[in-house]
Amino acid sequence: MVLVFAESQKGQFKKPAFEAVTYGYKTAQQMGVNCVALALGAAGNPADLGKYGASKVLHVADASLDTLDSQVYASVIADVARQVAATVVVIPASTTGKSLLGRLAVRLDAGSVAGVNTLPQTDGAFRVKRAVFSGKAIAEYEVKSGIKVLSLMGNAMPPEVVGDVASVEAVSVAVPASKVRVKSVKRVEGIVPLPEAELVVSAGRGLKGPENWGMVEDLAAVLGATTACSRPVADAHWRPHHEHVGQTGIAIRPNLYIAIGISGAIQHLAGVNNSKVIVVINKDPEAPFFKAADYGVVGDAFEVVPQLTEALKKYKAG
Amino acid sequence: MKLLVCVSKTPDTTSKIGFVNNGQEFDTAGIQYIMNPYDEWYALVRALELKEALGGSVTIINVGTADNDTVIRKGLAIGADDAVRIDADPKSAMFAAKQIAEFAKNENYDIVFLGKETIDYNGAEIGSMIAEYLDMPFISYATSLNLNGTTASISRDIEGGEEELEVDLPIVVSAAKGMAEQRIPNMRGIMMAKTKPLKVVPPVAFDDMAVTVSYTTPPEKTSVKLVDPSNMEELVRLLHEEAKVI
Repeated sequence: MVLVFAESQKGQFKKPAFEAVTYGYKTAQQMGVNCVALALGAAGNPADLGKYGASKVLHVADASLDTLDSQVYASVIADVARQVAATVVVIPASTTGKSLLGRLAVRLDAGSVAGVNTLPQTDGAFRVKRAVFSGKAIAEYEVKSGIKVLSLMGNAMPPEVVGDVASVEAVSVAVPASKVRVKSVKRVEGIVPLPEAELVVSAGRGLKGPENWGMVEDLAAVLGATTACSRPVADAHWRPHHEHVGQTGIAIRPNLYIAIGISGAIQHLAGVNNSKVIVVINKDPEAPFFKAADYGVVGDAFEVVPQLTEALKKYKAG
Repeated sequence: MKLLVCVSKTPDTTSKIGFVNNGQEFDTAGIQYIMNPYDEWYALVRALELKEALGGSVTIINVGTADNDTVIRKGLAIGADDAVRIDADPKSAMFAAKQIAEFAKNENYDIVFLGKETIDYNGAEIGSMIAEYLDMPFISYATSLNLNGTTASISRDIEGGEEELEVDLPIVVSAAKGMAEQRIPNMRGIMMAKTKPLKVVPPVAFDDMAVTVSYTTPPEKTSVKLVDPSNMEELVRLLHEEAKVI
């Protein structure tokens, strides 16, 4: 049986949960077993996880699970995994999942692979792949333990609706007291967070100052994209720290990454070179980013970006 | 304040990545090794700042062979008091975590620090594994950490924002950008590092459960398709019809 931890935020399931259930369902299909989803704490509509392939949804509704404590989560998920005799446990490789994976693996005495991006090979040896060296290589892992714990990289497995709502069962497991006291959670509202975003518009020093970000935001708004920035921009506080992508910021893998006025230092590429399609707009034809790009525009961002926005508006209008 | 900082040795960011022996081994030819930047810039420096403010000691720990001593000595030059190397070549994250936890379990560290991930495997697993072995809370992606007695106030990165929390020591913390600023070792530090203790400890037995069996490199990008800056309709068409991303 494949058990999927479906992460919720403020009581709502988001894309990482649906991706993980889709991954778990497909893995379970290959192995000829069921996929069961697990929801912790406040969870809007657990039955909906059935649409992505969960044959049933287990729910531990304890209110102390509304905020993450990896110690508590690992204890609860491991107990449930043992109760239902799971052989594969799938969790999202979100910040929550990354805090949890190793812990859960130790607790279950299981081999783990972090950030898998393709379905495992399950006939014979259990093998699965993930990107390493900031996307410069792909490693294949063999997991030899009876239970395997995997975290799924965001944007690696598009959610697929394959069925209808599933039945929801409350499960009772001991929820240990948390030693962590969360004081505040500040999250930007109304936009897709960068690690989950499929479309990203990012800009760098070439924009010369924070007052020029209006055209970047306009372009992002037309696309329905999330905005990002390079390190110097975040360091200069032109843009908030959570928008910084690259080696010291966050690594993302959107379907489309549009880089405006970013030269493409190797540390920046480390955070974005798993993007499916990269568009680079830069007035310097020698900018190293062009070597990593699929499409390039050599031109002045202040002219090109508004024109691109207009062209997209026309396209969207039909 | 008794502090342990886990440091890893990684290829320099700019290294060209390749594999030998039928894709089974990392090609070390011409590779420049460094201390994993997150371990060095953020975890180690914050530990040193806490020691400077509150007294105590900072110990570095690494799981690796004698080749790693250069990186360990750099940590001592930056200011750590002593170092421990578990003498083994780890083949899995859990192996390394187990070794560190075995060493740490009787040492009563107040905080075990490490970087948010290594820049080679990017797995971010070891911190949470050590925390589980030691039965301690684990706070990941911490961007600031301040102590009030034995309570730590920590800010950490989450998707699209940040979380603030309090937790009582002992804890395991993974450090991200914002936690501290890089320190360059000075000549005095480098000289002193040569005589600071570096203890070599044999590993405990551990059977790896998840190991890499092969590596491949992704196909090279075909050369960039340039679009005329005055024809953004064409770029939109390509993104829609050819790339199919909008």
